[in-house]
Amino acid sequence: MKDRIRKATEHVNQNEGLIFEKSSPGKFAYKLVPLDVPEVDPDKELGRAARRDLGNMPEVSEIEVIRHFTRLSTWNYGVDTGLYPLGSCTMKYNPRVNEFVARLEGMANSHPYQPEKISQGALLILKVLSKCLLEICGMEGVTLQPAAGAHGEMTGIMLIRAYLESKGNPRRKILIPDSAHGTNPATAAICGYGVENLKSNAAGMVDIPSLVAQMNEDVAALMVTNPNTLGVFEQEIHKVAEIMHQKGGLLYMDGANMNALVGKARPGDFGVDVMHLNLHKTFSTPHGGGGPGSGPVLCTQHLEPFLPVPVVVTKKDGTLGFDYDRPQSIGRVRAFYGNFGMLVRALAYIMANGPDGLRQSTEDAVLGANYIRKKLEGVYDLPYKTPTMHEVVFSDRLQTAKGVKTGDIAKRLIDYGFHPYTVSFPLIVHGALMIEPTESESKEEIDLMVEALQAIAKEVEEDPNIVLEAPHTTRVRRLDEVRAARQPVLRWKPQQAKTAAD
Amino acid sequence: MKTAIDEPERQAASRLDTVMRYLPKSAADREVMLQEIGISSIDELFAPIPAEFRVKGDLNIAPAFSEAEIVEYFRQRSAENAAGFKIFLGAGAHNHYRPVVIDMLISRGEFFTAYTPYQPEISQGTLQAIFEFQTMVCELTGMEVANASMYDGSTAVPESVMMAVRVTGRRGAVVAKSVHPEYRDVLKTYAHYQGLPITTVGFGDDGRVDLKALDAAVTSDTACVLIQSPNFFGTIEEVETVADIVQRKGALLVVSIAEAVSLGIVKPPAEADIVCMEAQAFGIPTGFGGPYCGVIGTKEKYVRQIPGRLVGQTLDRDGKRGFCLTLSTREQHIRREKATSNICTNQALVALMANIFMTIHGREGLRELALQNLAKAKYARAEFARKAKVLFDGAPRFNEFVVVTNEDPHAVNDRLLEEKIVGGFPLKKFYPELGNAALWCCTELLSKQAIDAAVKAVSR
Repeated sequence: MKDRIRKATEHVNQNEGLIFEKSSPGKFAYKLVPLDVPEVDPDKELGRAARRDLGNMPEVSEIEVIRHFTRLSTWNYGVDTGLYPLGSCTMKYNPRVNEFVARLEGMANSHPYQPEKISQGALLILKVLSKCLLEICGMEGVTLQPAAGAHGEMTGIMLIRAYLESKGNPRRKILIPDSAHGTNPATAAICGYGVENLKSNAAGMVDIPSLVAQMNEDVAALMVTNPNTLGVFEQEIHKVAEIMHQKGGLLYMDGANMNALVGKARPGDFGVDVMHLNLHKTFSTPHGGGGPGSGPVLCTQHLEPFLPVPVVVTKKDGTLGFDYDRPQSIGRVRAFYGNFGMLVRALAYIMANGPDGLRQSTEDAVLGANYIRKKLEGVYDLPYKTPTMHEVVFSDRLQTAKGVKTGDIAKRLIDYGFHPYTVSFPLIVHGALMIEPTESESKEEIDLMVEALQAIAKEVEEDPNIVLEAPHTTRVRRLDEVRAARQPVLRWKPQQAKTAAD
Repeated sequence: MKTAIDEPERQAASRLDTVMRYLPKSAADREVMLQEIGISSIDELFAPIPAEFRVKGDLNIAPAFSEAEIVEYFRQRSAENAAGFKIFLGAGAHNHYRPVVIDMLISRGEFFTAYTPYQPEISQGTLQAIFEFQTMVCELTGMEVANASMYDGSTAVPESVMMAVRVTGRRGAVVAKSVHPEYRDVLKTYAHYQGLPITTVGFGDDGRVDLKALDAAVTSDTACVLIQSPNFFGTIEEVETVADIVQRKGALLVVSIAEAVSLGIVKPPAEADIVCMEAQAFGIPTGFGGPYCGVIGTKEKYVRQIPGRLVGQTLDRDGKRGFCLTLSTREQHIRREKATSNICTNQALVALMANIFMTIHGREGLRELALQNLAKAKYARAEFARKAKVLFDGAPRFNEFVVVTNEDPHAVNDRLLEEKIVGGFPLKKFYPELGNAALWCCTELLSKQAIDAAVKAVSR
């Protein structure tokens, strides 16, 4: 089977223990500037609050720090390594100029409380990025503060609640389609709402008759992801908006999949009242192994007074500043002004693209997903035949006959040199293979992955064990996740040192 | 060179209309792919979007910039943004020296272009780094377990309070007024929607939480008491005494730490039930307020109530040590509407910065670094005391202190700006009762010369 694997090869893989296992007293990786004021006696200064022991903190040299983290990095798969088709996560290229400009002195080392008169550069970035995002989404109000998509969801639902409260009744329920992201129901709960499930129809879209039946004056909002987690555009989204609005409810759009729409359609135009963007998805800021993200929230004009404080305004003298005097605001959702470093990167990305680059990126993302769909249909089961936007969802139905599940196929894909697709979503597809190539993949890389998935399907027929026992080429093989949860070991302790070395 | 991105009329070079440097498909590739799909134009793929909602023409944003123009644009913004100033501000964002090794290592693509480690076999780098981070946070804070990070220190506060609500089954929270005002504001927002009553307790002459008032405020409905140490005024709270008062009444003690470097020399709040920390001081740029890195640490017995991600050690099929995300049954993926927190991810890359910072300094370096901060702040305090009033001097403090001047601190700061110095944070905005008080912070980055210059401006 090995001749089928064209992208990955086996290579040197350095072992590396925990940093604590390399530590020994008297090693240093730092040197401080000599103190130019009198030394102090901590016992005298701090009394009972003085600390003497820093416990088991490591003691290593600089070269050991470099080797340790460099070796760890080689155990990771990133977008720089290759195709990372994790559906609904939009793993696109992270442009290096973004990283460069975010590290300029005035960006990286500015203090959030420095006077406004010496913060005009940062304030202008906030203002210009806001303007671009409003144009891209067709909305009227924006906050850049939420620290991540889920934080944006929470902020957005708080805006809805505050708005409805101002009308006299916050209402009690949020409707959420069964295809939704797991964060959506959690967000509704955090904002004090009950959740009512909304069934999808046979095409994988919001079922209009069910919505009409379930919509009433108790419902504050519908939270919809569009395109949804099947990668399907909600074709009747404008009707959905109308149904919500007729009964005084609002339409919230989870913007996680905006990579399918930028430059092609604007949520504000089809009736969305509030939405969030994931800058780490659509706007190329890096995922960083799980963060930082950034989740700006956009809204229509009637929700604008409720946005979190502060907001950026142009003052009488023409300079920019922060306005905290917003009596209807939901308050603060985070200290300072959000993940500013991510906002810098997102603006650099928009600048690099321009309107035609943004549109071309969207088109390439959708083209890639449809190409994969065409190439793999029949090899893997396609449960929903509805047209695909930027991601395509297959199921493992054809492979389960041989006892092979989506998770096994995912692990085998690693051997072929690819990060797996999403295995756990959407919940309405049993055994989902959710594939999102993004615009960042060449035809060649996509072809290699298609070939890999075709080869794995063949392996399932001929020799399912090779798939069931995958991965074969990684530094560690399948990990016992049940053991990790049943006997939690969440930190290193000195007495573990011996067993760890075994 | 034209640089105004908010001017769409900016001229694009003609070739840019057809070339986008991040996109790896050639026109010919696109043609072949369309043919394979069996359609003649890309527009057919967008047919599901009703025609009336499709964008016609271009979005109204400026044409594409070259890389050189982008760099120039941000260089200009950087220059307008106080590059090269000596900064005496703290207040939840602390300037410390960041060893160059940090950015070199986190710039490795395998770290910063990876996602949440859902596939542990090809994410061991991120997972092991987080496991080390969890360990170091425990060692420094005196907690038994720590999570793989939260958005920041301010959002870690409401998450901690909600956690205390789950543990105790009670609903109220008592909060010291000496906790960072913006952290309290964030808590207020979350608490409003959770229906959690919040009571605020003031501070005494030494800047520490008023123990009598605190004792009176804690009732049988109180889920937790929140204090910060060192607090917003830089004063170290009497954590043990507060813990006695709080825990005697069956409530939990939550201690927020906004200046993590203090842990190098200040006793950790080991008596607390939950510690929620902002790790920014550990090698993370102040960056105009973010991204930062929050952490929650707690006792082992509460581990199933801790929000956010956790990394655990386990074995692979061959018995080799490895790491994976664990205890996710607490999470929103599984519990959906029963979830008690909607936090979805963590701050892995920022936590990695903190991990590298802690590793570089290690057991001795963190102590020496903290000692330098202590010495600088003590020197500055004594110098300021010759010309102005230093508030709350009756209690131990770390690297921040409050100075009250005769004139408005904004006027003092205006004079200092001319010398490329950013003065202390005027407290009037949050504490009008403190008049002309300002919060000053002295870290190892401020030389004696800069401190002397700042003191001179006050006395003028």
